[in-house]
Amino acid sequence: MEGVAIVGIGIHPFGRHPGLTGRYQGAYAIRKALGDAGIGWPDVQCAFGGSAAAGNPDTLVGDLGLTGLPFVNVYNGCATGGSALTMAERAVRSGDHDLALAVGFDKHPRGAFNASSAMSGLGDWYGETGLMLTTQFFALKIQRYLHDHGLSRDILAKVAAKAFRNGALNPNAWRRRPLTEEEIAAAPMLSHPLTQYMFCNPAEGGVALVLCRADQASRYAARPVYLRAVSFRTRRFGSFEVFSPWLSPERVPGPTAEAAAEAFEKAGIGPAEVDLAQLQDTESGAEIMHMAEAGFCRDGDQEVLIRDGMTEIGGRLPVNTDGGCLANGEPVGASGLRQVYECVLQLRGQAGSRQVPGEPRVAFTHVYGAPGLSACTVLSR
Amino acid sequence: MTTVPIAEGLFTWPEAPHLIGGSCPDCGTTTFPRQPACPRCTRAGMREVALATRGTLWSWTIQGFEPKPPYAGDGSFTPYGVGYVELAALADSAAAVLVESRLTVAEPEQLHIGDELELVIVPFRRDADGNELVTFAFRPASRTA
Repeated sequence: MEGVAIVGIGIHPFGRHPGLTGRYQGAYAIRKALGDAGIGWPDVQCAFGGSAAAGNPDTLVGDLGLTGLPFVNVYNGCATGGSALTMAERAVRSGDHDLALAVGFDKHPRGAFNASSAMSGLGDWYGETGLMLTTQFFALKIQRYLHDHGLSRDILAKVAAKAFRNGALNPNAWRRRPLTEEEIAAAPMLSHPLTQYMFCNPAEGGVALVLCRADQASRYAARPVYLRAVSFRTRRFGSFEVFSPWLSPERVPGPTAEAAAEAFEKAGIGPAEVDLAQLQDTESGAEIMHMAEAGFCRDGDQEVLIRDGMTEIGGRLPVNTDGGCLANGEPVGASGLRQVYECVLQLRGQAGSRQVPGEPRVAFTHVYGAPGLSACTVLSR
Repeated sequence: MTTVPIAEGLFTWPEAPHLIGGSCPDCGTTTFPRQPACPRCTRAGMREVALATRGTLWSWTIQGFEPKPPYAGDGSFTPYGVGYVELAALADSAAAVLVESRLTVAEPEQLHIGDELELVIVPFRRDADGNELVTFAFRPASRTA
C-alpha cells in the first residue's frame, strides 16, 4: 500500500496533574508511542510538536536524546495538533523521511481561555468590554443555529450526557462520572443556552503518534492504520467565526466543511463509509453543527438522529467515543492528536469497554477552533 | 470627571451617536470597526461610513460569569447580554453589516432573534485617571422612531 501509516500511539492521561509539566506529559506520550511501535528515539527521523501554553516542544530532545533530528515547533491555535500531524504526514508522503513523529501537549490554567486582543489583531476595547470570549462565540453560534433549523435546546444536554457516558469508559479521560441530562441542563448557565457541563475546559495532557511509509508499516505494527488523508483549512469571507466584532450578512460554509470535503476527496472515501468519528465538541452545540458541516447529515436532521441513538457507541455513526473534549478537556496542543489516537485504538479493536462493535474499518477526525480553522483526517485499516 | 469613549474611532459621540464603519469603494463590503483593507476583495483603502443606529437582533447570549482579563469592568460583575445586531444598509452609505455588541437587556425571556434594537452609548467603568469610560450597546428600540 502507498501512503502513510500510523504505527505507534501514546497518550498521557488528560485532566489536571499538579506537579507535572506539560513537557513531561509530552515526553511521556512519546515514550509510549515509541514503545507501541517497537522503536527507539534514535529511529525517529523528524518530529513536529505543538503546544499552545506549555513550552517549546523541540526542547524535548533534552529529555529524549540529542540525536540531531529536525524538530519543528507548531503553534497554530486550536489546530496545533492537527497542523503537527499534517506536517508529519507530508514529511513521509513526500518521500523525505521514512519515519516521523507528531506530538502535542499542553497545560492550561483553570477557567475559560483569556484571549489577547492584540494577538488577534483586534483593538483592546474588544477584550476590555467583555466581548472576546470563545464561550460567548459558541453560544451565539448555536443560538442562531437552533433557531434557523428548528432544533430544541434539549439536544444540547443529550450530547453532553453521551460524552460523559463515553468518558466513564475511558481510563485516560478526565471526567469519568456520568451526568444525567437533567443535571447538565440544571447546571449554572454560563452563556445562554449553554450550561457549565455543556462546555469543555482547558486541561492538560499529551499525545504522540509515530508515522511511517505505508509499505514499511508491517515492520512496526501488526495492525497498522492508514492515514488516508489530512486536510487543513482557514476561514473564508462570510464564515461565522470566533472573535468577530462584525460579520457580513453573506454566509458561506465554514473551514470545517472545506477541510472535511477535501479530506474525503483525497481519501476517495465518502462520509457514508465512515464507521466512527471524533468531532470537535468544544461545547455540545459544536458537535451538533459539525455533524452537518463534516457531511454526516443535513442541517436540522441532528435532533432525530441523536434521539434515535445514531451517535452512541453501537449506533450507525458513533461520535466522540472517548468522551470528546467534554470529558477529556482541551489541552490545545494535544486535543487533535487525541482524536486520532482514539480512532487508531478503535480501528485496531483495542478500545476495551468502549469498543465500537462490528470491526470498524474507517474513521474520521475533526478539530475546529480559533481563529476560524479546521483540520480533518480520514483513517482506515 | 471627564467622560471619554472606550476607544477612538468606534463611534461618534456625544451628538447623534452612531458607529463608525469602513466601506470598500470596490465591492461595498462594510466592516466594523473601519480597517485598512477589504477582507472580501482585498482592496486596500476603506472609506469611513456611519452605520445605521437601529437594527434587528440576529443572535444573542448572556455572559453569565465574570471574564478573566483582558476584560476590565468596574469590579462589580453583573451578567450582561451580548448579541449580533443586523444593521441595514443606509441609502447614502454602507452595505448591511452584523455588529457584535453588548445589550442592555440580560434576561433570556426578553431577548428574541428579530427584536428591534437601537444604539445607545452607556457608562462602562472608571479609568485610572478617574475618567468615566463609555462604550456602545444596543437596547430595545423605542416605538416612536
